[in-house]
Amino acid sequence: MIHLENIHKTYNLNTSNALHVLKGINLDVADGDFVSIMGASGSGKSTLLNIIGILDTYDEGSYYLDGQLIQNLTETESAKVRNKMIGFVFQSFNLINFKTALENVALPLYYRGVSRKKRNDMALGYLDKLGLKDWANYLPSEMSGGQKQRVAIARAIIAKPRLILADEPTGALDSKTSQEVMDILRQVNEEEKITMLIVTHAREVAEQTHQIINFKDGLISSIENMRQ
Amino acid sequence: MKDLFEEIFLTIRANKQRTFLTGFSIAWGIFMLIILLGAGNGLQNGMMQGFNYMSKNSMSIHPGVTSMPYKGLQKGRRLQLKQNDADFLKTHLKNIAEFSAVYQKWSISLIRGKDVVSTSMSGVEPGYEVMRNLIISSGRFVNNTDNRESRKVIVIHSKTAGVLFPNENSIGQYVQINQVPFQIVGIYEEEGGGGNRQPEVYIPLNTAYTIFNPDKNVSNISFTVTGVNNSEESEIYTKEVRQLLAQRLQFDPEDTNALWIHDNLSSYMQAQTIFNGIALFVWIIGIGTLIAGIVGVSNIMLITVKERTHEFGIRKALGATPRSILRLVVVESLTITTMFGYIGLLLGIGLTEGVASILAKTGQAATDKPEIFVNPTVDLGVVLAATAILILAGAIAGYIPAKRAVNVKPIEALQHK
Repeated sequence: MIHLENIHKTYNLNTSNALHVLKGINLDVADGDFVSIMGASGSGKSTLLNIIGILDTYDEGSYYLDGQLIQNLTETESAKVRNKMIGFVFQSFNLINFKTALENVALPLYYRGVSRKKRNDMALGYLDKLGLKDWANYLPSEMSGGQKQRVAIARAIIAKPRLILADEPTGALDSKTSQEVMDILRQVNEEEKITMLIVTHAREVAEQTHQIINFKDGLISSIENMRQ
Repeated sequence: MKDLFEEIFLTIRANKQRTFLTGFSIAWGIFMLIILLGAGNGLQNGMMQGFNYMSKNSMSIHPGVTSMPYKGLQKGRRLQLKQNDADFLKTHLKNIAEFSAVYQKWSISLIRGKDVVSTSMSGVEPGYEVMRNLIISSGRFVNNTDNRESRKVIVIHSKTAGVLFPNENSIGQYVQINQVPFQIVGIYEEEGGGGNRQPEVYIPLNTAYTIFNPDKNVSNISFTVTGVNNSEESEIYTKEVRQLLAQRLQFDPEDTNALWIHDNLSSYMQAQTIFNGIALFVWIIGIGTLIAGIVGVSNIMLITVKERTHEFGIRKALGATPRSILRLVVVESLTITTMFGYIGLLLGIGLTEGVASILAKTGQAATDKPEIFVNPTVDLGVVLAATAILILAGAIAGYIPAKRAVNVKPIEALQHK
C-alpha cells in the first residue's frame, strides 16, 4: 500500500538555519494493515504522515502510494488522489465550524460530485453507525471532543478511502473517550479493510495496533510486531 | 452548479455579518451614486426648462428707461417701441430667420358662457411659435392671412381649452375677450410641461392693434438669428442692434438700461458652464463613492479569505481542487455583490422615481414659482454600468486573495489559525 524509499525532508527556517527532519526513511505498509508510529515530539513522525497524505512534499527519495509514484504532482492531481485514496483524522478534529455534523461528513462526497440527497443519506448512515444520528444537525461547537472525533472519523471513511491517516487522534481526548475512538478505528480497519496509520505518543494507543514503528531523530529506530 | 450555490448559500447563512457588511458597501455605493446623479440631473432639467420658453438662438428687445443724458435729452426718459421701429429693424438687421413684433396685454379675461379664465394675451406675427418653442397639438398657429386681414382668431393652451371646453373639441369654437368673439384655430402645448405660468393666448398682431392698441405700440420685438454661435458673436450682434436703435430712438449706444436686449444664447451658454461644473462635481463624488465601495468590498474579501485559510486547508485535505476553492470564493463574492448591487439599484431608482413623480404632481398644483428641480432621474445605462463595475471589482477582490490562499500548501493552510 505504502512504499517509502530513502525519504528526506528539510525545513529551511531561514537562510542560515535548516532543520533536517527526515533523514532517509524506508518503510512498507501492507494493504489492510493497522500500524502506529511512535516517537517524541519533533522526531519527524507527523511530517512523515503529512508527506504520506500529500499535504506536504519531500525533498529526496521516492514515495509510492498503491503503486503510483507520488512526486511533483500538481495541486489538482494531489487533491484527486487525496479525495479518492486517503481519509484524515486530526488531533484538533478540523471540522468546518459553520457546517453541521451531517454537512461535515458529506463534504468529501461533494468533492467527488455525489448528488446532495445521496451524500446526505450516506452521511446520515455513517453518523448512525457511530451513534451520532441524533446529532446530525448540530454544529461542532455544540458537541463534545469525543463526538467531534467520531464525526471526523465518519468524514474520513465516507468516501471509502484505501488509507486512513490519523495524527494523534486521541491527543485531545480523555482516556475513556480515547478508548472509544481506538475501538472505532480498529473496527473500521477490520470491517472496511481500510489501511490505518496512526501517529501517537501514547504507548497504550500504539499497543492496540498490529505494528509499532518507533521514530527517533528523523529515523526509524525499531519496529515492533504486536500480532502473535 | 446548483450544488455550488447550495454550498455558497450555506457559507452566506453562516456568515451573516460579513455578508451584510460586504453587501452594504455595495448597495450604499450604488444607492448614493444614483441619488447624486439624480439630484444633478434634476437641477439641470429644472434650469433647462427655463430656457425652453424661447428657442436658444432667439433674441428679444424690450424698451427700458434711459439712464444717461443724450444730445440734450434728460436721463430717465421712458422709451416706447412702435410698429414702424419693428419694420425698420426687420429691414436693417442681418441674418434674421424669424421675426415678430409682440404686443402684450397682461390681464385679460377669456369668457365662454359662464366660464372665465384670466390670463395674458400676445398679439404676434406668424413664426412666433417657432421662437417660442410651441408645439401645435391640433389646428394651426396664427398665419399670414390672419394677420393681413386682422382676423379674430385665437390660439390657446390645451390646459385652457380643457377648462373652457371640457370633453369637447374646442377648434372652431368661440371665446370672448372684451366682448369680442374670437374663433379658436389652434391648440398648443409647451415642451416640458411649461412650468407653472398661466398659459397665455395668441392672436394676430394686426388684430391686436385694431381692437386693443390703435397706436401700434410694441411691447417687445423677438427674432431668431442665424450664424451666431457663441457668446462673443452674440455680443457683437447685440451691440449692432443697440446702435441701430440708439440712432433712431435718440439714446446713448452705451446706455444698456434704455434698451434691454435679452440674448437667450449667451444665457444658455452661461448656464451650460454651470451645469458642466455641477456635472463634474457630481461625477467626482459619484466615482469617489464607487471607489469607496470597491475598497470596502476588497477589504472584506481580503479578511474573509484570510479567515478561511484554515477551512480551505480542511477542504483541500478532503480533496478540494484549487479551482473549486477559487470558484467558491469568486462566485460567493459575485453572488453577494450582484444581489446587494441590485438592492441598491432598486432603492436608488425607487427613491429618484418617487421624488420625480411627487414633484410632477405638486408642480401642476402650484402656481407662479419656477421649478428648480425637475425629473431627478438617472440614465439606466449609467447605473447598470456602475453596478457592473462594482460586481467586476467584487469578483477581482475575491479572486486575488483567493488565488494566493489556494497556492498555500495544504499543510500550511491547516496550521493557519
